[in-house]
Amino acid sequence: MNTIFQDILDYGPALLGGLRISLALTGLSLLFGTILALVFALGITSRNKAFRWTSTFFVEIGRGAPALVLLQLMYYGLPNADITLSSFTSATLALTWTASAYMAEYIRGGLAAVPGGEIEGAQALGMSQQDTLRYVTIPQGIRIALPALMGFAVLLFQATSLAYSVAVPELMSQAYSAGSSSFNYLSLFIIAGAIYAAISIPATWLSVGVEKHLAKHL
Amino acid sequence: MELLKAIALGLPMTLLVTAVALGIGSIVALPLLAGLRSGKTAVRFLTRAIIDLLRGIPPVVWLFLLFYGISAGSFRLSAFGAGVIGLGVVAGAYLTEIFRGALGGIKAGQWEASEALGLDRFTMWSKVIGPQGLRVAIPGFTTYAIGLLKDSSIVSTIGVAEIVYLTQQSARTSGQGITVYFIAAAVYIMLSMPIGMLSRNLDIKMRKAVAR
Repeated sequence: MNTIFQDILDYGPALLGGLRISLALTGLSLLFGTILALVFALGITSRNKAFRWTSTFFVEIGRGAPALVLLQLMYYGLPNADITLSSFTSATLALTWTASAYMAEYIRGGLAAVPGGEIEGAQALGMSQQDTLRYVTIPQGIRIALPALMGFAVLLFQATSLAYSVAVPELMSQAYSAGSSSFNYLSLFIIAGAIYAAISIPATWLSVGVEKHLAKHL
Repeated sequence: MELLKAIALGLPMTLLVTAVALGIGSIVALPLLAGLRSGKTAVRFLTRAIIDLLRGIPPVVWLFLLFYGISAGSFRLSAFGAGVIGLGVVAGAYLTEIFRGALGGIKAGQWEASEALGLDRFTMWSKVIGPQGLRVAIPGFTTYAIGLLKDSSIVSTIGVAEIVYLTQQSARTSGQGITVYFIAAAVYIMLSMPIGMLSRNLDIKMRKAVAR
């Protein structure tokens, strides 16, 4: 127990610095992922063949391949095509790919769950197709998909720990390097685990709360 | 072709890690499920805390904790052991939720009828509730199994020679990083397709077998 407190004093700042990078990675891939996911969600159901095929390609690989494969593809693979990205950029790209693929399915499900009467109503009011999508379908569809998207955000935060394998100095890799200098892997991984849990568990409660709250209105 | 062969060598290990972890998870899920359904508030609370903790910490952290952190004298877990135990226990927490949901899907009349017939608890669980719960749990279970197949790639970080580990090696030696990683991605996608189809077939078959 004493070693844990000593390790917190010694390596706390480094671990928190790592946490900041983990959170930045989560935030950026969520931001880009959400935008792309909306595009893919519309793409999968689009009548335009090229748009539909590209969207399906990205979604199927993003969901079908492990995040670890995409991370390493971006970091170890792309240099073979003379594209060399920093570890943080390649990790952001890879996690954005994974995130957009999963979220596209949640959003597509949400859009499909918008009652047909809403869309017919909008048409009856003479709204254009774009306006129907922008003011009726998308706001309600996102609202239906929100709890699933929030649950996914927690999983994405946890998945940033995989970026350790492509040399991003995030929480996990800080814990590992602190462990190799103090020879106290157990206590450092316990501290790192506690930090992950301290964020993931309340965030999960929040998403469950939102789900219950929204269920009242649907 | 050489590249494909190198990756294919990791395939049995990926399947083995997935299967063993799934087995450990299914066993771990049973006491957790019993804990969640316990009449004692303290037991329920403790079980919930364990499940939240298992799910709240990323699998990599569990694997590293078991692999680098646990040592008693000269005893250390092997990479494979740490990998399947770590993934298995986390899987147990997720499977508990899936099984709990499945039990919730069983009609109240089934419980009442078992009681009215005076069935003892063992008969009730093995002949009435168990088989029906299993059927309801199949779609969730296979979805999780497909997820676990992909998550099994995480054991490569502690040196288990499965698909991603060998892919990384051949990416280094062959200098064709993009190709090997796309082959690896394709292998995972092709692996998950038959599992999904099997699950749908099984679901249809069992739907027919069970009267409503």
